[in-house]
Amino acid sequence: MELTRRDALAALAGGGIAVGSVGALAWDRLDEMDDADAADEKSSSVPTGETLVALAEAVYPSAVENVGEFVETYVVGRASARPEYERGVVETAALVEEYAAEWFGAPVSELSREDRDELLRQMGVETADPIPDGRPAQRVRYYVVNELQYALYTSPTGGKLVGIENPQGHAGGTDSYRRGPKR
Amino acid sequence: MSAGDTDSTDEAKGAEDTGETNDEAGADSPDRTPSGRVDVCVVGAGPAGGLVAHRLAERGHDVVVLEAGPRFDPAERLERMERAIRPSADDRSVWAMGGPRDAFTTPGERFYPLNVARVKGVGGSTLHWQGMVMRLHESDFRRESRNGVAADWPVDYETLAPYYAEAEAALGVAGASDNPFAPPRDDPHPLPAFEPSYSDSLFAEACERVGVTTHSVPNARNSEPYDGRSACVGFGTCKPVCPSGAKYTAESHVEKAEQAGARVLDQVPVQRLEHDAAGERVEAAVYATPESEEFRQEARAFVLACGGVENPRLLLLSASEQYPDGLANSSGAVGRYFMDHLFAGMGGTVEKRTRQNHVGFITTESHQFYDDPGAGAKGTDGAIPATDADLGPIKLEFLNYAGPSPVEMALGAETWGDDLLSQLREGYGNHVAMGALVGQLPRAENRISLDPERTDDHGNPVPAIHWRVDDRTKRTLKRANEIQRRILEAMGVDIQWSVGPDNTGPAYHHMGTTRMGTDPESSVVDSRLRTHDLSNLWIPSSSAFVTSGAMNPTLTIAALALRVADDLDSRL
Ligand SMILES: Cc1cc2nc3c(=O)[nH]c(=O)nc-3n(C[C@H](O)[C@H](O)[C@H](O)COP(=O)(O)OP(=O)(O)OC[C@H]3O[C@@H](n4cnc5c(N)ncnc54)[C@H](O)[C@@H]3O)c2cc1C
Ligand code: SF4
Repeated sequence: MELTRRDALAALAGGGIAVGSVGALAWDRLDEMDDADAADEKSSSVPTGETLVALAEAVYPSAVENVGEFVETYVVGRASARPEYERGVVETAALVEEYAAEWFGAPVSELSREDRDELLRQMGVETADPIPDGRPAQRVRYYVVNELQYALYTSPTGGKLVGIENPQGHAGGTDSYRRGPKR
Repeated sequence: MSAGDTDSTDEAKGAEDTGETNDEAGADSPDRTPSGRVDVCVVGAGPAGGLVAHRLAERGHDVVVLEAGPRFDPAERLERMERAIRPSADDRSVWAMGGPRDAFTTPGERFYPLNVARVKGVGGSTLHWQGMVMRLHESDFRRESRNGVAADWPVDYETLAPYYAEAEAALGVAGASDNPFAPPRDDPHPLPAFEPSYSDSLFAEACERVGVTTHSVPNARNSEPYDGRSACVGFGTCKPVCPSGAKYTAESHVEKAEQAGARVLDQVPVQRLEHDAAGERVEAAVYATPESEEFRQEARAFVLACGGVENPRLLLLSASEQYPDGLANSSGAVGRYFMDHLFAGMGGTVEKRTRQNHVGFITTESHQFYDDPGAGAKGTDGAIPATDADLGPIKLEFLNYAGPSPVEMALGAETWGDDLLSQLREGYGNHVAMGALVGQLPRAENRISLDPERTDDHGNPVPAIHWRVDDRTKRTLKRANEIQRRILEAMGVDIQWSVGPDNTGPAYHHMGTTRMGTDPESSVVDSRLRTHDLSNLWIPSSSAFVTSGAMNPTLTIAALALRVADDLDSRL
């Protein structure tokens, strides 16, 4: 199932971000912000976008296409509107890169899907509570996994994967609840 | 779905964890010094306070509203919704309830989760509420003469009917006249009802088989744009937060009151009411500011609108030499007869897609077992057995949000990727559920008192909730479960859970604690909501309810508030 920029915009709107106000949503924006604000804290030179898209490919179901554009629009949109989020996501992505380098000797984007999955599981992210200032696994759960899941499963395309075209958190109108199942 | 077994210490901790102060209004501190003696001082800015303040300000009276909680910025609603969905913040923290300000104890037989059951802030508990709004039935006003239990109200349905209609217009109620069990009404609801959901249609078929009639639900939620607020857009998170403004909150009437000239102060919890030397009139409300100053607001009339727990608490906190047991309490009834509605529910899965969790409100109910809960029914292919047990009214609900919501499942799952997707597909799609409300009878031992052992952030004793569920209520819950089971079985549901007499929980409707009556020996306020003891103090609230019925209370609160506003307008 193809994710679209519109899905990302819908998910952003659901988080209270009016997209008109944040301009073009491309990774280089985040990298600029990286340099300005978060560079000191950042412990890896891999661009944040590369790490996040690579992780999203493991966190999202394989049926989902166009992950790159979707994640870019969503994450950059959030980061532009919320500086504390931007810092958190940049730092946390760098943190995952550190673990990847240590355990697998390569950046996340060069790992197979299976290894990316394994990396997260070894970090303990599956069972970690999402806590923005917690242990590494908890931060990854908060800033990476749950952030990506929230974006996907409050978007119409993500909802449709499960059979709900108007998922909670999405302003999908008042027709869908009245419709019966297709087929 | 049941009350859970956390204790109040956890409650307090929950809110501390959010890192949120109750000072949401921001750094700039507005003027919180008192006005000169005004016509009316309203304490509390929920629907009761908001409606009274608006009506009176609109008619030219000088009104000051004192609200304990903050103003919540409407621009942050979407962020609050996200907080409600994401597991890093629980339900409680969405409206910043908890902590020392809201501490309480529950020494009674059952724990009462007070801080999930109310909100402090401009808008009051309607910030969090679900927004189902129905009129009480004629029978609810006459429990003693009709059923030989409790007491009759000193007002009847006919007297309140015009105020119910006004309240429906004020709140913007979307409803239809298809409910054969509803009390008589003159005019249609101001907005068309929300159409039934797809799952309602599955329920309707099953109900027909066992002889149960279903109908629409009146919602304080815009089915069309109304009163400057958007129509519902289907976010599906109504409780605890509607980001679109389609769900009514009392912020709307507080804002209108301000536009009409009322002055509204937030974050100024009233500490006590002070009376004159004769003990006949309230002179001032003493309130605290965030800067820990104390001020006195004087007024010709006072309206207590703090909800069913804080109303009696404030009266008890206002004890004086002349009134050592608390203000307006010569009957000893202040805080007593505390009632809530109890939840009964049942659900499971069917071999069909049921399309749940698109919206966060309900669109079908049945009030067939309200006036006659023991009556049997016979349908095309089954029946509900009759019983002559002594029972209270039952309101049956058909939910549109049964089972898990996929996004919430995903956020809490211990996996991701394809593995998660198959879990979600497995978990979402086939659930159905029914709910029901059942009322309690008023009992003196169920009550709000002051806990001498524990104080809040201002050093005032916290409310202690003494609460238990009696046998009649349990019997009625059992009856509700019996009806639910028949309907679900007729639908072919594999029943997987039920909430009944043993694991029930409250619906967060606080009633009875300043009860209405004609006799000053046994009641706190008269039929016009004025206290028997003090001639300028009114309490338009569910705390004045004599009996609870089984309908959500807020439309009745609003009707009482509008009636008080009329009375005050003509007296001032
Ligand atoms: C989760 C939930 C769902 C609900 N769903 C429904 C529903 O579907 N239908 C329905 O009819 N009802 C529902 N209710 C109940 C409904 O919210 C209340 O009945 C209604 O809000 C009561 O109105 P009120 O103005 O009397 O009190 P509240 O709305 O509670 O407002 C009281 C205000 O007084 C303030 N206050 C308290 N003490 C002081 C003090 N000492 N000084 C100054 N201010 C003070 C509080 O901060 C608060 O803002 C629900 C409630 C909850 C919690
Ligand atoms: S579904 Fe509920 S939360 Fe969403 S817009 Fe409608 S009323 Fe508001």
